[in-house]
Amino acid sequence: MNLQLSHFSSAVLFAVFASVVFGITQRSTSREQVRYGLYCFAMFVGGVFVAGWVMWMLRR
Amino acid sequence: MANPSTTKETAPLQPVTAMSVLAPAIGWLIPGAGHLIQKRWIRGLLIMGSIVIMFLLGLAMQGRVYRPNGGDILDILGFVGDVGAGGLYIVTRALDLGQGAIAHATADYGTKYIIVAGLLNFICAADAYHIAIGKKP
Repeated sequence: MNLQLSHFSSAVLFAVFASVVFGITQRSTSREQVRYGLYCFAMFVGGVFVAGWVMWMLRR
Repeated sequence: MANPSTTKETAPLQPVTAMSVLAPAIGWLIPGAGHLIQKRWIRGLLIMGSIVIMFLLGLAMQGRVYRPNGGDILDILGFVGDVGAGGLYIVTRALDLGQGAIAHATADYGTKYIIVAGLLNFICAADAYHIAIGKKP
């Protein structure tokens, strides 16, 4: 099997799985876990966009 | 001035129970199982799903699975990360998978997926231990 994802979809999938684990392991209550997981996901995806724009500016 | 040796509080020793040994060990071997044996069903299934899918996606993306090595420091660290996946790593090595030479840009993502799946499993095993000793609900 040879799965070829784009850079963006690879990064988003990575963010989903890492955020789930971070949320569960770094907080105690269910509500905090969900909130922290969403926060991590937003930071991961936000970081992807920031890194993307930085690379775009460096290339110009 | 207070003497630091008299004011310093020592952490209470946690009793060693069978669960405090079993949970992280089983959690390492089978991702999420450390939570499942402590009846944290939803957490265990979410962890299992996340780590197993991440590892398998890494393999499907032609990611490389590191062998034990004494060479480059990054290769050694890659091996340490991969070993974190426990049973997944053992089965992968037994089936001789994960030898993909990086042939396209996103194959490197596959290698990173595999390493991070292992590292996340280390965190989950530690979390299972904290649950077992009562440090976390």
